[in-house]
Amino acid sequence: MNLTLKVWRQKDANSPGRFETYEARDVIADMSFLEMLDVVNEELIAAGKEPIMFDSDCREGICGTCSLVINGIPHGGHRGTTVCQLHMRHFQDGQTITVEPWRARPFPVIRDLIVDRKAFDRIIQAGGFISVNTGGTPDGNAIPVSKQISDKAMDAAACIGCGACVAACKNASAMLFVSAKVTHLNLLPQGKAEKDRRVARMVSTMDEAGFGNCTVTGSCAAVCPKEIPLDMIAKMNRDYALAIFKGE
Amino acid sequence: MKLDAKIPSGPLPQKWDKHKFDIKLVNPANKRKFDVLVVGTGLAGASAAASLAELGYNVKCFCYQDSPRRAHSIAAQGGINAAKNYRNDGDSVFRLFYDTIKGGDFRAREANVHRLAQVSVNIIDQCVAQGVPFAREYGGLLDNRSFGGAQVSRTFYARGQTGQQLLLGAYQALSRQIGLGMVKMYPRTEMLDLVVIDGQAKGIVVRDLVSGQISSFAGDAVVLATGGYGNVFFLSTNAKGCNATAIWRAYKRGAAFANPCYTQIHPTCIPVSGDHQSKLTLMSESLRNDGRVWVPKRKEDCGKEPGSIPEDGRDYYLERKYPSFGNLAPRDISSRAAKEVCDEGRGVGPTKLGVYLDFSDSIKRLGEDKIRERYGNLFEMYERITGENAYQTPMRIFPAVHYTMGGLWVDYNLMSTIPGLFVLGEANFSDHGANRLGASALMQGLADGYFVLPYTIGNYLAGTRPVKQPTSHAEFKRVETEVTERTKRLLAIQGKRTVLSLHRELGKLLWDKCGMARNEAGLKDALQRIPQLREEFWKNVIITGEAGSVNQALEYAGRVGDFMELAELLCTDALMRRESCGGHFRTEFQTEDGEAKRDDENFSFVGAWEYQGADKPPLLHKEPLVYEEVHMSTRSYK
Repeated sequence: MNLTLKVWRQKDANSPGRFETYEARDVIADMSFLEMLDVVNEELIAAGKEPIMFDSDCREGICGTCSLVINGIPHGGHRGTTVCQLHMRHFQDGQTITVEPWRARPFPVIRDLIVDRKAFDRIIQAGGFISVNTGGTPDGNAIPVSKQISDKAMDAAACIGCGACVAACKNASAMLFVSAKVTHLNLLPQGKAEKDRRVARMVSTMDEAGFGNCTVTGSCAAVCPKEIPLDMIAKMNRDYALAIFKGE
Repeated sequence: MKLDAKIPSGPLPQKWDKHKFDIKLVNPANKRKFDVLVVGTGLAGASAAASLAELGYNVKCFCYQDSPRRAHSIAAQGGINAAKNYRNDGDSVFRLFYDTIKGGDFRAREANVHRLAQVSVNIIDQCVAQGVPFAREYGGLLDNRSFGGAQVSRTFYARGQTGQQLLLGAYQALSRQIGLGMVKMYPRTEMLDLVVIDGQAKGIVVRDLVSGQISSFAGDAVVLATGGYGNVFFLSTNAKGCNATAIWRAYKRGAAFANPCYTQIHPTCIPVSGDHQSKLTLMSESLRNDGRVWVPKRKEDCGKEPGSIPEDGRDYYLERKYPSFGNLAPRDISSRAAKEVCDEGRGVGPTKLGVYLDFSDSIKRLGEDKIRERYGNLFEMYERITGENAYQTPMRIFPAVHYTMGGLWVDYNLMSTIPGLFVLGEANFSDHGANRLGASALMQGLADGYFVLPYTIGNYLAGTRPVKQPTSHAEFKRVETEVTERTKRLLAIQGKRTVLSLHRELGKLLWDKCGMARNEAGLKDALQRIPQLREEFWKNVIITGEAGSVNQALEYAGRVGDFMELAELLCTDALMRRESCGGHFRTEFQTEDGEAKRDDENFSFVGAWEYQGADKPPLLHKEPLVYEEVHMSTRSYK
């Protein structure tokens, strides 16, 4: 099939960007979206032009590096799928496809489709961990965790930190990302000791980074490639209220 | 160069404890005076950086990704081994040690492997305390599953995302230290060279991947945890960015490179679909717990619908050839068996390079829900890539390059032949011999980072004085100039061929001549063609853009330039090793029924290569492998 791509090109954070149009010819259904871009880039380079720059690494949907908005939807709108796992069999011959970077003030564009997501790392550094040093920990089976709690913690821990939730939100809120980590750690017995401090510090770092407020429209959960559910946010709000009440 | 493995004396089970007592310590108040540079933030790098910072060292940590959470350890699916014996099925430290030595086809260093088995139990405790959500049973205790090459159930797992959860555990420990100011983190920063002053590793030269700026960092020790070199084959299960530049530069500065020909081809990957393919995707080995591998008995049946082929028309070749391990035979053996049936013309799928992995029996026995609970995410991933529903039709799989057992040579302290340069995880050669067992890479990465390096680095640092050379030192400037010149040279070529096309050609050559089966004629042919291809690269590559900004084509070119050199060493090593062992299969050396035939008399050694300069062949050094505890036997999984 043949496709027309309208791709966002931007030299750096301080330069204005614009859409450029490219033709993608002889696209095969078994290609992933990124492989289709690879082929377009090969043609650009061979013609002495700069390729379209985008982030990707594992290309199996787990590292969270790839970050494209396709036709207005982060990761392209297929349930539970990152853009590296989105295959061309979902597109039609002759279609025009727009490709943009994540758009959110706390994620400035570095180049073309590449954005800076260091704000997510800063939130984890503020409290997204359990404070244990290496060594001296009790036997793994000394802390029983019910299967139900463990499964729920795993559901939350599945977040890949890609930032699609922020890109989808009209307020660029990071609540789904932050609540997934808070839920994962606050649910487990190992994480209870610093539960209040954790949520208070992570939320305040999130606010300082400039992420917007949550109005529970659910657009974040709708695009999440790991299908993190919206109730994580409710759980975090409860933990946060308790922590503030206790004076954290 | 003299290889001294520094294996402690005394009986095997006591070596590590004795060594920990014997080695020198750094006074807590002095630790903060030492700067340690850690390159790479996968399981090994992140766990090392976090643990060293907890001890009080000043750590600077580097990764090429946008965040330390993204290293390719994250993609490991199946699990992590530990000799906990929670199943009461006869596991022990000694059994894990023995399985690993045997799985590695008796080509690993005994003392290192025993230590790995010993600390495996601490890893699970550490990860649980960090909040890693391992699978649990209804009673609240930890669950286990089985993996290839073992007859006990010792693999801990977190759904099909064990690597992700372990890496996030290490990343969170690292993030805590970054928040405390003990680690300074440099993401989107790629190491391009090592700086050696007076014979000791004293720093690195890096490129900032955003600004393009080349700069230096000085340290009292350098730790490389930069992963393996599987991408030299172009198509592999590695991430797109995985590369060998850091270890290759260290090799060219004097670190010996050991056993480069030991590469692991994983049996269960999704088959190649066409020329556009950018990487291959692994389906976890854990699937072989419940899936049965087969191909049609008759060539004529290969094009038919799998469901229409009756039971007696199917060849469950792993169960037939290896009745006691069956579908759980080790990776090298399973991969070769798949190649054999495809060579016989019995492969399935459009390319005829595929075999079936069939779950219908397990679904009948356990129900679809149980299979969904165990492997749901893997079945979804398979469907996304192939468009097929594996609950209804068997998966098609084929072997692909997955892991490299070879790497920089290290002694028992994980120090390379350059004093002050430590190498961890897949980047070193130490624990897996000629073949790695499933669920052992995660174990080794975390063992090295959490429980080995934090002790052994102290022994080195205690013998040095924390006097850093400033980065204005002439040697730093010299190396920076070399790196800058190389970048300029690459950009100036302005030829006709893209980096990708040259990389693909190199990969295909290696896969054909030095892949699952190798022979003298093929290797000699490859050794002639690789230098030609390298010349073509340096004459005819085209790289657009400039050095002073984000330039992904330039980053890629630098990595492929190094692969062009490493490929030659890989084939040289494969040609030298006139025997078959583990993942290294020389067709000239096989038993009558087609199994690998080792030559213990002549090849029971680690082959470590020393760089001699661009115009001279590398020099081989041999570290003899002495087995005190285990008896070297012919590996049998029948």
